[in-house]
Amino acid sequence: MSGRRIVITSGKGGVGKTTTTANLGAALAKRGARVILVDADIGLRNLDLVLGLEKRIVFDVVEVAEGRCQLRQALIKDKRFESLSILPAAQTRDKDAINEEQFAAIVAQAAEQADFVLIDCPAGIEAGFRNAIAGAKEAIVVTTPEVSAIRDADRVVGKLNEKQLPIRLIVNRLRPAMVKAGDMLSVDDVCEILAVELLGIVPDDEEIIDTTNRGEPIVLDETAKLRVIYDKIARRMEGELVPFTNFDAQGLFGRLFGALKAG
Amino acid sequence: MIEWLKKFLGTPPSSSTAKERLRLVLMTDHLALAPEIIENMKRDLVDVISRYVEVDREKLEIEFEREDRALALMASIPIISVNRPSGGDGEKPAVKERVEDAQTAAVPGSAAPSVNATPGEPPKRRRRKKTSSKPATAH
Ligand SMILES: Nc1ncnc2c1ncn2[C@@H]1O[C@H](COP(=O)(O)OP(=O)(O)O)[C@@H](O)[C@H]1O
Ligand SMILES: [Mg+2]
Repeated sequence: MSGRRIVITSGKGGVGKTTTTANLGAALAKRGARVILVDADIGLRNLDLVLGLEKRIVFDVVEVAEGRCQLRQALIKDKRFESLSILPAAQTRDKDAINEEQFAAIVAQAAEQADFVLIDCPAGIEAGFRNAIAGAKEAIVVTTPEVSAIRDADRVVGKLNEKQLPIRLIVNRLRPAMVKAGDMLSVDDVCEILAVELLGIVPDDEEIIDTTNRGEPIVLDETAKLRVIYDKIARRMEGELVPFTNFDAQGLFGRLFGALKAG
Repeated sequence: MIEWLKKFLGTPPSSSTAKERLRLVLMTDHLALAPEIIENMKRDLVDVISRYVEVDREKLEIEFEREDRALALMASIPIISVNRPSGGDGEKPAVKERVEDAQTAAVPGSAAPSVNATPGEPPKRRRRKKTSSKPATAH
């Protein structure tokens, strides 16, 4: 049976697509799933860097499309996991170096040998976006709780609806203390505005920047708080019913600390 | 403490402002992206209004205006003739009276419709005087 093909997209850039793809992929692989991550951001290759695999790239997705190499030759296995590999984007090519059919075919081929194929989508809704969604059967929309990110996410939701892809939402970079102070849209607000089913909530946390600096997935850092967050999302993706973390229910200390931080 | 200060000063939290603004801008976006919705709405509007007065289908105009906290639908529909009141049985009035001047039904609008000089001429648009934001026209 072929694996699930999920595009991770947002419309707006810099909201956390690549971070989410890398860490969810790692979380799923740590749970034992076979995972292939596809970097669809042609010309702006990043997924390899976030996962610390940049030195091992030999071939890229465009070369697979052009038939210069086999898919398995281009896949880079992440040695920290049993079953995680990435298919890098081309760094020195244009977005039109690959088309929708080619992309869909590669994703389908990847799905033959994986339980999950996660596609890291470029920003925007043009050719790069169309390539990235071409082979997908499901979508995860990532947004931050900010007006411009949500407006762009809404645009993307419209496009995905046209293709009848089931959509779930990840609200990234939430700052609970700001929500509590009324200075940030809440997760409920975002879900209501976008009318999309919630998949996960990832708080804004310096841990991400720190682990990304080192090219380490969060789930491998035993001390990271966010480890649990990504693991929960991975379990939801596998179909388990996992309750959402209630970020409002902090203790008094947390609240005080949060309020200070938010101020 | 910040919450307390804000409550004290009575400024609405920026998150509710954000939500309100998003709600409006997304409605405008959705209308702009779905011209067929507007075409269907025009057709249905004229169908309903035609049960009561004869209107000029060709000259119907619709636009959306952003107001402070809402999106308003402005429809301008030239009336060609008005049915004579038939006394109670309002569903299917029989007699029609041809009016000399085409009239404009504006929705929403004040009580008296404006009167144009010649029948069938494009209606004069009665605009609100104070329109802070650019009208959101959907094409
Ligand atoms: N939950 C988070 N907390 C803190 N920083 C984050 C979080 N998610 C993403 N970031 C940071 O935001 C920036 C953009 O993330 P990235 O995944 O590259 O976005 P995209 O792929 O959507 O352009 C990166 O510097 C990343 O480290
Ligand atoms: Mg990216």
